[in-house]
Amino acid sequence: MEAVIGLEIHVQLSTQTKMFCGCRLSFGDEPNTHTCPVCLAHPGVLPVPNKKAIDYALLIAAALECEVAPRSIFHRKNYFYPDNPKAYQISQFDIPIAINGRLGDVRIHRAHLEEDAAKMIHVGESGRIQGSDASLVDFNRGGTPLVEIVTEPDLKSGAQVREWGQLLRATIKQLGVSNVNMEEGSLRCDANVSIRPVGSDVLGTKTEMKNMNSFRFIERGIEAEIERQKQLVASGGRVVQETLHYDPTSGELHSLRSKEEAHDYRYLPEPDLVPIAPSEQMITSARESLPELPAAKASRYRDQLGVQDAAALLLSFETEWAEFFEGVVAADDSIEPRVAANWVTGELAAELRKQGDEAPSGSRVTPASLAVLVGLVASKRVSHSAAKNVLEIMVAEGGEALEIVKEQGLEQISDSGELEAMVEAAIEANPKPAEQVRSGNDKAIGALVGAVMKQSKGRADGGEVTRLLKEKLSG
Amino acid sequence: MPDSDLKAATAAETAALIRRGEVSAGECLSTWLEQASADELNAYLWTADEAAALDGVDQNSKSPVTGVPVAIKDIFCTRGVPTTAASKILEGYRPPYTATAVRRLAAAGMPMLGKTNMDEFAMGSSNENSAYGPALNPWDRKRVPGGSSGGSAAAVAGGLAPWALGTDTGGSIRQPAALCGIVGLKPTYGSVSRYGMIAFASSLDQCGPLTRDVTDAALLLSQIEGRDEMDSTSTGIEGGISLPSAIGLEGLSFGIPVDLLGEGMDPGVRAVFDQTVSTIEGLGGSVREVRLAHASHGISAYYVLAPAEASTNLSRYDGVRYGIRDSNRDLASMYEITRGDGFGAEVKRRIMLGTYALSSGYYDAYYGRAQRVRTMIVRDFDAAFGQVDFVITPTSPSVAFGLGEKTLDPLTMYMSDLFTVPMSLAGVPAISIPSGMASPEGGGEKMPVGFQIAAPAFGEQGLLEAAFALEAALGFDGSIGREGR
Repeated sequence: MEAVIGLEIHVQLSTQTKMFCGCRLSFGDEPNTHTCPVCLAHPGVLPVPNKKAIDYALLIAAALECEVAPRSIFHRKNYFYPDNPKAYQISQFDIPIAINGRLGDVRIHRAHLEEDAAKMIHVGESGRIQGSDASLVDFNRGGTPLVEIVTEPDLKSGAQVREWGQLLRATIKQLGVSNVNMEEGSLRCDANVSIRPVGSDVLGTKTEMKNMNSFRFIERGIEAEIERQKQLVASGGRVVQETLHYDPTSGELHSLRSKEEAHDYRYLPEPDLVPIAPSEQMITSARESLPELPAAKASRYRDQLGVQDAAALLLSFETEWAEFFEGVVAADDSIEPRVAANWVTGELAAELRKQGDEAPSGSRVTPASLAVLVGLVASKRVSHSAAKNVLEIMVAEGGEALEIVKEQGLEQISDSGELEAMVEAAIEANPKPAEQVRSGNDKAIGALVGAVMKQSKGRADGGEVTRLLKEKLSG
Repeated sequence: MPDSDLKAATAAETAALIRRGEVSAGECLSTWLEQASADELNAYLWTADEAAALDGVDQNSKSPVTGVPVAIKDIFCTRGVPTTAASKILEGYRPPYTATAVRRLAAAGMPMLGKTNMDEFAMGSSNENSAYGPALNPWDRKRVPGGSSGGSAAAVAGGLAPWALGTDTGGSIRQPAALCGIVGLKPTYGSVSRYGMIAFASSLDQCGPLTRDVTDAALLLSQIEGRDEMDSTSTGIEGGISLPSAIGLEGLSFGIPVDLLGEGMDPGVRAVFDQTVSTIEGLGGSVREVRLAHASHGISAYYVLAPAEASTNLSRYDGVRYGIRDSNRDLASMYEITRGDGFGAEVKRRIMLGTYALSSGYYDAYYGRAQRVRTMIVRDFDAAFGQVDFVITPTSPSVAFGLGEKTLDPLTMYMSDLFTVPMSLAGVPAISIPSGMASPEGGGEKMPVGFQIAAPAFGEQGLLEAAFALEAALGFDGSIGREGR
């Protein structure tokens, strides 16, 4: 059996104001402070679409290589719930703003504009609706612009969903149209999962997995659901269409509702709004204002700059890191991009993490100062291990690489006499490993190299030390 | 000047008296507030005191209507003032904002006399669907004033307001104007902002004036029309509206839609209509037959489309945020009991009709088909207006009927809108002017008969000119006790 997975992703747009009224978007503010008659659905109010949200949707459509509908229309999706004050959500139904796109190896079925629901807060010990004493509604979030992206069922595993999801998140983030923060709910992902015999082109009965707030959990949830469906079918059972919740702490799947309880949304073309008819100019300008997107950036780093695969992906998914990397390369064109990339994604990222920082933007290290350090290593004036010590100081206190090297006396030993003396001292002080090397045990050389490095405080070139040791001990 | 003169004056005449300083805006307001508070017709659901009437009003405005008070249908949201749409579900509701049309009138210096009675959520043709009892027809208080803007029509005809604002979805301005012997104009869809007008059927609802004469209708429309950034379906009327002055109908052609005027019309109404047609010809207008082949299906399409939109528009009355709320702690029961108690029978009937029509599996058969009929009616009007300047019909197939006469038979009640619904579906402007008197079919005192003229979209100015010329020739001034000829 193989799994077939399709995704529905809700992206909250980071516009100034809500989708259909002038209330400011907010997160974490005092409840019900960003509301007006329109987003509280008072009698007589009318929606007016947010032009910026339409522009943002066009940007997403362009980034996902979608066709834009010449006239897309809004519909009312009717259902009663306190988080839905009009008792209908304004969404798009049969003519969405964008269709038939692609991102990486996954086809995009459609993308449409809609408004977010308000937030329910269940008062009581559990914090969930079951067993709560009362439910409160915070309408601050109600009416936030959303773009819902629906993929074709092109995904095959939880791991692929995680990887593709991260690519999508990086792509949207690059556009600057959303905060794409899954914990805050500005990016939300639902998955439709089914299984079928390998090679079949018939889709099996799907289940829908909702409300997963990280791609790790989504991966695990989907794997658990695929496993459940496989076991069910293997034991002669049948998959039932239902909505599931994956609990990442227990690893269990809970049914939220079955098909019998499914809503009839009674879709109705929204008579209060005219169709969205973007001009050719709006579509072209969206296409032309696209930044270099992560997938394209990764392949440029890989194919043109020779950056290693993993580093290329890391850099292209995080705008800030990519900018830092490009800054290093630009500061000194004698530095190999491959080497610069390794320093940025390796040593620098590790040092920042160690000192409790996530991003390079706030750190004291600038692309130019890192370029100097990398240059010193490349020209063999500073050893790799000494350079790491320098970087630690740069991250902690700032400063220029060259000055730190001088202050700390970390310049690589270039005087072969000095180095030779150190090597000989190390052999003398460690007779046992020296003897082992002499009798053919090459592994024992490590202890001797270590001793030299320690004595030189990392100023020695490890390669040169090894060469000298071998020379002395083979004689 | 004596109060009686002020009460007899049209709004335009009153505005002129105020401008010339012959009467002060304050005197004018107190006279009319006194009239409104002496309401015996149940025309008002709420009447203002002086402070409330002037709340938000620009008294220094130099508009052509400054100082002339107005009655507002209770379907318009008015900040801090009870607004119920004549429904129990909105009992006690005071909106936090004011409708655009009302705001424009306040900005033009017009005080608000009060909020007028209506059929609940504008659903009805007799005002008997008000949760607060029907308004009465001032010509005969045992008869209905029409609906849904029955309170507005009764107030103007009964001398309780110089003029009033109403709304029309399938005839709700024109039919009560006809039944009460006054002028009612439904503008082109999109001319006037719908922001703050409690929605019944959003693709049909339009706000308009109920007045004593055609000049007043033009004057009031000129103040409310215009694009509003709060209503993305609003466009306004290009060039605005000026006061009509035509004296003849030479060169103008009028079409009678024979498909529509087949059956179901009172003989008395027919006779007045035929006489009015002769008057048009006497004024130099030419009259011929036109086809509106699908207009007779208008009522059927309307009673699918309007309830479908209403069923979703009225879903927001759920007890969560405003209005009445049942105290049940279980969500589903709270919804059911709140809505069950809050809505009247006709509103429930239409919510159920509309919910059914939108249900999956039935959508195409009902809503989809009704939309196609609507498209055909739009084309019929396009074709007709290719041949004639105006389409004319009686406004209503009968004169005002007795209270309770049709309440048990909704289908007969729905037929009251037979001649007005097609124009609503086509979105074109139409006016009803009083054209004479006729005896009710079952006998009794003569009652007013309305004459409807419809024009192409945004043809309001031409429509008002023709209505003005015809009004002068008919000599019917809308006052009770004075019959035109």
